[in-house]
Amino acid sequence: MTFTYDNVYLNATSTITGPYEAQGPFNKLYDKSYNDLYMGMKTWEQAESKILVESVDFVLNKVGKEKNNIDIHISGDLLNQIVATNYASVAIGIPLIGIYSACSTSVLGLILGSNMISSKQIKNCIVSTSSHNNGSEKQFRQPVEYGGPKRKTATFTVTGAASAYLSNDKGLIRVESATIGKTIDLGITDSSHMGAVMAPSAASTIYQHLKDTNRDISYYDLILTGDLGIYGKKILKEYMQVEYHINLPNYDDTACMIYDLERQPVFAGGSGPACMPLVVYSYILARMRKGELKRVLLVATGALLSQTMVNQKKSIPSISHAISLEVGNDLS
Amino acid sequence: MDKNKYNLLVKKYTPKESRLYNGLIAFIVGGLMGCLGQLLLTLYSYFLEIPTKQASVFMIITLVFLGCLLTALGVFDKMVSFSRCGLIIPITGFAHSMQSAALEYKREGLVTGIGANIFKLAGTVIMFGVVSAYFFGIIRLIFMGG
Repeated sequence: MTFTYDNVYLNATSTITGPYEAQGPFNKLYDKSYNDLYMGMKTWEQAESKILVESVDFVLNKVGKEKNNIDIHISGDLLNQIVATNYASVAIGIPLIGIYSACSTSVLGLILGSNMISSKQIKNCIVSTSSHNNGSEKQFRQPVEYGGPKRKTATFTVTGAASAYLSNDKGLIRVESATIGKTIDLGITDSSHMGAVMAPSAASTIYQHLKDTNRDISYYDLILTGDLGIYGKKILKEYMQVEYHINLPNYDDTACMIYDLERQPVFAGGSGPACMPLVVYSYILARMRKGELKRVLLVATGALLSQTMVNQKKSIPSISHAISLEVGNDLS
Repeated sequence: MDKNKYNLLVKKYTPKESRLYNGLIAFIVGGLMGCLGQLLLTLYSYFLEIPTKQASVFMIITLVFLGCLLTALGVFDKMVSFSRCGLIIPITGFAHSMQSAALEYKREGLVTGIGANIFKLAGTVIMFGVVSAYFFGIIRLIFMGG
């Protein structure tokens, strides 16, 4: 399902990160980075909630709006019952739509917000996502201090929170169209190889988007996937060729961009709902504002992992959502 | 694309784990652990003038304490990640799994946090340890008469 928009703009964004992301290549582009994973709180979950609140405050400051001027807050995270979002929302105080779509949450949020603005139900909204490395390790993997060996295909959950302000006020970056993806399962059961789990859903969404909009892949200056990682990226490229006969020339993956893969011990790269928005809201939007990129397709990839289902020998489904951002013609 | 074909594609781009290297590291580190254990055993029985059986209890307590202390200091996870089974299989791995779970859940209360979760990783080892001890005990009784 693809939507097109003509009155939705991404006016401002904010990015807050933990220490590992601050050691990555975009460290100067983030609004704020913490040196400590607790961020002054007592637990990982509370720390994640705290930075989520801060990211909303940052974006409100940037657009010069008060909380009561914001119609809706759309937010999600990885923790069970999206607790980081729910507890942050008490402090934020904007009417909340809490969403879960694993690591594709950021783009799903942008799509929901854009649809409501486009249909004139709301004038503006803030879309947020967060993840916390240790919070995810604890919930999905093993205790943080446990040093059980990890495979090369494992990914490193990004610690951070990112928020975007969407509205019908004209701005430089326009939300042009979006595609809601299908849930796909090609039988991968390995929870430490998420790139392999997610690549087919990314390919399916990219193909559907191009088909629905009747576009060639060269229409986009850059196609970005969320968190496929080093190996998932290679799998996607070949899968795209074999299954849909599409080459991906201007393509990258934010999991391979957020960290210094040579220097940092992050295995196949970053992951988590905050991975893609941290890269896009810092580095990619900066390049769009400079005029280096005009049309960018963001394909956030989510592995719908549940340890319960994996233990029941079920494979892991995945979903990817795409959104197209363009530098507005009238302002560029 | 069907699942089998996709599985082949995934395999093509999945890096091989360096089993020989990992095995070698585990062999060397595990061997050093064994030497350390033997050294402690000899020292305890020599200086405290106690029988080997008693000294081995002291040795185990020392290694468990070291595993827990280094886990609490935040360095043992890195050592385990590097040496893999070299530190997981000895008693230090057991101590490490309990200590890391205790640290993780301490904020969720003594009973509902630490109590409920301390055996999260080690529970499996205990369960299968007890079951296999039971069966080996029976085998020993049958063939060796107890």
